[in-house]
Formats: sequence, structure tokens, C-alpha cells
Amino acid sequence: MSELALTDDILMQVEKPARYIGNEINSVVKPSFTVDIRMAMCFPDVYEIGMSHLGIQILYDMFNSWDDVWCERVYSPWPDLDKIMRERQIPLFGLESQEPIKYLDFIGITLQYEMCYTNILQVLDLAGIPFYAKARTEEDPIIMGGGPCAYNPEPIADFFDFFYIGEGETKYREIFDLYKENKEKGGTRIDFLKKICSIQGVYVPQFYDVTYKEDGTIGSMLPNIPEAPVHVTKNMVEDFDRVSYPMKPVVPFIKCTQDRVVLEIQRGCIRGCRFCQAGQLYRPVREKDVDTLKRYAVEMLKNTGHEEISLSSLSSSDYSKLPELIDFLIQSCGEKKVNISLPSLRIDSFSLDVMNKVQDIKKSSLTFAPEAGSQRLRNVINKGLTEENILHGAQMAFEGGWTRVKLYFMLGLPTETSEDIAGIGDLANKIAATFFDVVPKEKRREQIQIVVSTSFFIPKPFTPFQWAPMCSAEQFLDKAYETRKGITSQLNQKRIKYNWHEADVSVLEGVFARGDRRVAKVILSAYQKGCIFDAWSEYYRNDLWMEAFEENQVSIDFYNTRIRSLDEILPWDILDCGVSKEFLKREWENALQEKVSPNCRDKCNGCGAMKYGCGVCVADRSIYNDEETIAKTGEVLA
Amino acid sequence: MSEGRIKVRIKFSKHGVMRFIGHLDIMRYFQKVFRRAEIDIAYSQGFSPHQIMSFAAPLGVGMESDGEYMDVELCSINSSEDIVNRMNEQMADGMQVLSARVLPDGASNAMASVAAAGYYIRFRDSFVPPQGWRKVIEDFMSQEQILVTKVTKKSEIQMDLKPGIYDFKVSSHDCTDCLYLMVNASSSGNIKPAMVLEEVYKMLDIPFDSFQLLITREDTYLNVGTDEKPEFLPLDLIGEIV
Repeated sequence: MSELALTDDILMQVEKPARYIGNEINSVVKPSFTVDIRMAMCFPDVYEIGMSHLGIQILYDMFNSWDDVWCERVYSPWPDLDKIMRERQIPLFGLESQEPIKYLDFIGITLQYEMCYTNILQVLDLAGIPFYAKARTEEDPIIMGGGPCAYNPEPIADFFDFFYIGEGETKYREIFDLYKENKEKGGTRIDFLKKICSIQGVYVPQFYDVTYKEDGTIGSMLPNIPEAPVHVTKNMVEDFDRVSYPMKPVVPFIKCTQDRVVLEIQRGCIRGCRFCQAGQLYRPVREKDVDTLKRYAVEMLKNTGHEEISLSSLSSSDYSKLPELIDFLIQSCGEKKVNISLPSLRIDSFSLDVMNKVQDIKKSSLTFAPEAGSQRLRNVINKGLTEENILHGAQMAFEGGWTRVKLYFMLGLPTETSEDIAGIGDLANKIAATFFDVVPKEKRREQIQIVVSTSFFIPKPFTPFQWAPMCSAEQFLDKAYETRKGITSQLNQKRIKYNWHEADVSVLEGVFARGDRRVAKVILSAYQKGCIFDAWSEYYRNDLWMEAFEENQVSIDFYNTRIRSLDEILPWDILDCGVSKEFLKREWENALQEKVSPNCRDKCNGCGAMKYGCGVCVADRSIYNDEETIAKTGEVLA
Repeated sequence: MSEGRIKVRIKFSKHGVMRFIGHLDIMRYFQKVFRRAEIDIAYSQGFSPHQIMSFAAPLGVGMESDGEYMDVELCSINSSEDIVNRMNEQMADGMQVLSARVLPDGASNAMASVAAAGYYIRFRDSFVPPQGWRKVIEDFMSQEQILVTKVTKKSEIQMDLKPGIYDFKVSSHDCTDCLYLMVNASSSGNIKPAMVLEEVYKMLDIPFDSFQLLITREDTYLNVGTDEKPEFLPLDLIGEIV
């Protein structure tokens, strides 16, 4: 067994030492002299969050299946250890080798949410790697970024050597082969970065110059070397059924957010909700074969020993063979006493029947995500869910014995009025009234409980709402108070609980989501002032962030509340995510006209993703059952 | 125990980096081991069935052990060897299953059986007091009472360690600075080895640093004698290899 990077006295005084020792079942240790490339995959948040992420498990498994590569994992040390590592100058290490990551060839950082940006700097800092890509030497690892936030990487572009745009399963082999070739020839890191510009999806920020107009918007963003392409196109897995999937995911010792086998049944979504970034980025929707999934389920349960299995996708109800898959799981998991968790199911008679079989009704609650309080606004956002669908679903559920309902909404959506906000309280009240109507007094085992939660709408790149102005923190809070007032004025208000999000963090997220390269210095100074773990409310320091914006003379309103014209050059325009800007503009117009667009299975909207020639774009639409049209009833989270 | 079920006592060791995995996580770890090893373990009834499993004496984080025990109920069994082999194929580095014995009907469970535990204590920076450990232990044990204050969540209680120290000596097992300590480990009178060493350091008038101690549990014992005249046997002395 290898020596640990941390001494016993440190491990005994930090919370959860198991975060830092590696040695988990299915983790991979290779003799380092047998490999050509050593790398680490990093999730810049605490271990329990990072270990729950499917993407890293997929890439870790794929990289380690290659004989010439050893991939380790690294996560953000929690503030207790962070402090000790700084005091004692202990360099950040990989969990598998327990050796400093500074000496690796590559560090791949996954960018899952904007609020982890200061943790990227923490990881680089603790590792002893310069923040700015341009300051790195031949001794430093190549820092790569990927994941959803890489679709507008500009606020953190200066900190990365390159970004990998799109699904990770496709191009790393080529990248690593070029790395080895370059190393053998004695090439520099710049030589290597120039070479990989020819690979689809590779974006090297330092090879592009950005100019700004007087009004602060972007004037141009152009390559400064001939090798760099004018547009960088996302990578996508075309044969989703046969792409590599980890049969032996790493099993953590400590309880993690995702402590179960995760079966990715499909990638992408047919729905086209206009606020949703994932719904655009992962087009076209692709399914795995149901027999493949059955085989995976059995093998992964055997290899991990997990007591739960969960289906993963953006909208599980849209998987064409869902009943067959669930029947199989109920049967084979039942024998092995494995629990099944079913996220994001639309509520209909099928899903209620399934939930009845796999979970304890007394303990579970129904979740609807109408996202907006009125039908008008639901049409604006293209959420094909009507009040009738929701009330009908709730009625069936109440008849089936459920008593707890969760409702999710967004505040601050484009065109939102006071009427839309009032609709939130009205809808919650109608659900409560439905309960009293359908469940006779003597059969009320428990009182109805409705929890309404609202988050604040943040416009994201590559969505039809990418041009929309975002609300200020004050506007957000006013809307939350208005929502609360709307709820407390209802007849059944005692049965309805209301939670709302922090406004400050949403504002910051808005800046990072649509920011440009000038935001980088704000992130660095906030980090230097002590901001890390911004996604954790107990560590979030809005005062320090506001100082950082002020000192760097960066305006929040410029990025958030300003109205963008349709012909403005957006910071992410050099990337091509598969859907065309023309399509997004069309959808933005449709939104403003309150026009709904059909889902990908009913009718092609010509988004542009058909150029990938796979998934729903080329499937015979008749294979999907016709329940489709009647089943747009809602969602449930197990 | 339901009819037709077989109660099995499993002995295992815990070394290396696994010393940083706490008791509850070790339980979760073994639940997954049983599933991976496809051992026919019995489950409780109800909506979320769990494996029927109970551990003898929780081991503190940071300690290693050669004598940990858990009792499980199985629905079927091939042989003790088969259980041991199958489990060891699924072990994390540092963990090892040592034996699996079928318990007789009516045997009390591991946790209720625990009376004492033996520990080897070494010192990180190899420490021997000037007068030698033999003399120090002699002086320490010649005290009439060894009073300590045990601070719990609710209260502070005065407690005399001496009746709970069953054996304390320089271990012949190893070098001159390895001590052997056997103390009460029952649920009512459990003594942590560091508590005893802290008192020894106090007597020597030197500052105590628990990080200096390297502690390995040697074994866990049941008492087949009486309270007044205890007679300790390792927990795996009952039951049989099948």
C-alpha cells in the first residue's frame, strides 16, 4: 500500500478523512513506469459531490482502459484541510497515487456549474500550478476543461490551456496520441496546443484575440494563428448504444450524494424547453438499447454491491422502452433486495403504478415542475404541461394514497407579469382543493402538504433565451415576496409551504453564464480575497464578491440586465453546439409570440442537430407509441 | 432468528489506510461486500430490507485491528472456507476476512458478548521513558485507584479505570516500546486505550499527544468466567468451522 500524502495527525483532525485516502473498490492503480500519460480528472467541489458525478466515472473508466494512460481523481479539499495544506505547504495530490498532481501530464477539470469557478483556482493554487495558462512552463500539466459550462468558457478562458467542447467519449484518444508524438519529437506545450487545434471540439483560448467596441460589447473574436479554426464544433457520440460505459464504477467508502448504480438510458431531450441549456446542448436525443441496459444493470450491481439503482436521463418518460426496462428491474432487483429510484417521470397511470411498486407511498412525494404559474408563460417557455394535466395527475395520485406534492417554478422568466406570479399560488391552491374533493374525510390518512419552491431564472448560452435580460437581485426578491403574498392569500394557504432561492448567488451565476474574458480578473480577485466553495451557502461571501467587481470595474448589469440585440457578437459565438443561431432566434421569436413548438419526435423543428445524422433525427417516428400525445402530464422525482 | 437461518460469526482485520474509515462506513462497506461476493445473506422484512448484521465492538478511527467481529444471518452456506474466500476476493486493500464460524443455536450476539479487548500500543517516535516501561507500568498499576473524568454529551462522570484494566505489560510480541493492554470493552464499561495512556503520561508528568500512539486491537474477548473471576476467550472460540 502506498504512503499517504497526509500524515495521521492531519487525517485525524479533518472532517471525513476518507475523502483523501483513495483505495476505494474499483479505483485504478497502475505502476507509473508502465504508462506514457499520467493525468487526473478533477471535479472542483468536495469529494462527496464529485464522486457522484457520472461524467467523471465514464471518462475515468475509458482513460484507464487504455494501457498507456493512468487517470487518477482529485477533488477540492474541504476548507478545514485547505487551511492545513496552505500552512504546511502540502501540494495537492491525486487520490490513487497520493503524489502531487503538479507532475502529471494532464489535469481535466469538469465544469458542471458556474459557482465552482473559485474552486478551480483553489485546485491550481494548492497544486502549485500558475493560474494563467500563459504563465505555465513545460514543467506544468496541461489544464483542460469540459462539461456544460465549457459552452461559454470565456470567464475562465485565461486559466485553461484548452477546452474540450462536447461529449468526452469521442476525441481524447486522438488528443493523447498527438501529445505522445509531440513529446517524442521534443515539441513544446505550445506546439502541442497548435497541433490539437485540428481536432474537432478543441478550443485553445490563447489562440484567439478579442476586441471590444466602445459600448463594451465584443467587436471581434478571431484566431491569431493559422492553425486555430474560426468555429469550434462540439463532439457528439453517434453510436450511443455502443459507446464505453463504466461497468466497474468506483465505490466510495463514505456516503455520497449519488450512492447507487446509475444507468444512463438516453442522452439529450426531445422537449425543447426554452430556458433549458442541457435540452439544446445534448441534441439529438439518443437512446441505449433496452437489452444493453439490462445487461449493464446486472453487471454493475454485481461489480459495485450497491443497494440501489437509478435511471439517468433528462426525461426518463420519453425513453421508448421504459415499461420493459422497469419491469425487468423490478423483477431482477426485487430478488436481490435492490431499491429502484426513478427520477423525472411524468405523472400518469403508468408511473403511479410503477412508483407504487418500488417505493413507500408514505415516505415519497410527487413532484411537478410546471416552471411557470400561467398557461401563457408556460407557452412562452415551451413547457408542454397544462393545468389540466397537473390537476389530473394530482387527482390520480391522491386517489392512490399520496399526500405530499412538490411544485417547482422559476421567477423572472422573460415576459413574466404579476398575473403569472399570482398563478403560482392559484395552482397550489387548486391542487390542495383537488385533494379535499377526491379524498373523503374518513380516508385522509394524512393531511395534504404542498411545498412550492422557486428558483430565479438565469439566461444560459445556446438557449432561445440567451438574449433575454435577467432580473436584478432586488427584482428577484420582489417577485419572491409577491409569490409569497399570492400563496398566503389562498384559501388553503395553511397546507402550502413556500421556499425560495438566494438571489445573490443567482446574480453571480448570471454573470458567469454569459460573461466574457473580462470577468476572469473578478474571479481571481474574489478567490484571493478568500472566496471558495461559493456553491455552499455557509461559505458564500457576497460582500467579497461585490468588492471584487468594484475593484476591477466590472459591471454586473452589463452582463445581466442589459438588453442584447440579436446581432450582437456573443462571447460563445465561436463555438458551434449543433443547434444553429437561426433556430435559436426563431425560438426566441416564438417565445415572444407565446407560440409552442412541437417536440422532436412529433415534428422536426430544423434546429441543425440533424447534421450529426443520429438519434431521433434519423429514427422512424412511428416506433414511439402514440401515448406520447396524451401523456404530457408532468414530472415526478422519486 | 427465523427458522432455517444460519448465524455466522465473521472475524476480520483492518489495516493500512482503512484505519481512517469509521465504523458506520465499515458497515456500509461490508453490506456491499456481501452483495459483490453473492453470499446468501438474510434480509429483514419491510419496504427497505436490510442485511441482518451486527458488529461486536466499534473500532475508533485511526486504529488498526487483527480481531474485529460481526455476526450475520445467512439463508444458506457452502462452507466456512467458501465464505472467507469469496469475501476476500472482494476486499479493499487493508481489509481481510480471517474466519467464518457457524454459531450454535441460542448463542448471544457479538455485541452483547463483548467483555474485553486487547491492544498493542506503539509510539510514533519510538518512546521509552528513562526508567523503562516495565517500571512505569508497575508504578502505574500499584495505584489504588486511577480516577478519570469521562465527559459525555450529557454529563461528566468520575470513573475508576483500574478495575477495567485486565492486563498491562511490555509486550514480548515486539520490541521494548510496544505495550500490551487489555481493558474492559463491554457496552457499560468500555475503556479506550488512549484514556489509560493519558493517565500514564500524567503520572510521568509529560505532555500527552494522542497522535503519538499507534494502536492495533489484538483481539476482542468474551468472558466465560464470572464478574469477580473473569476468564477471557476470543470471540471466535465459540462456533465451528463448517
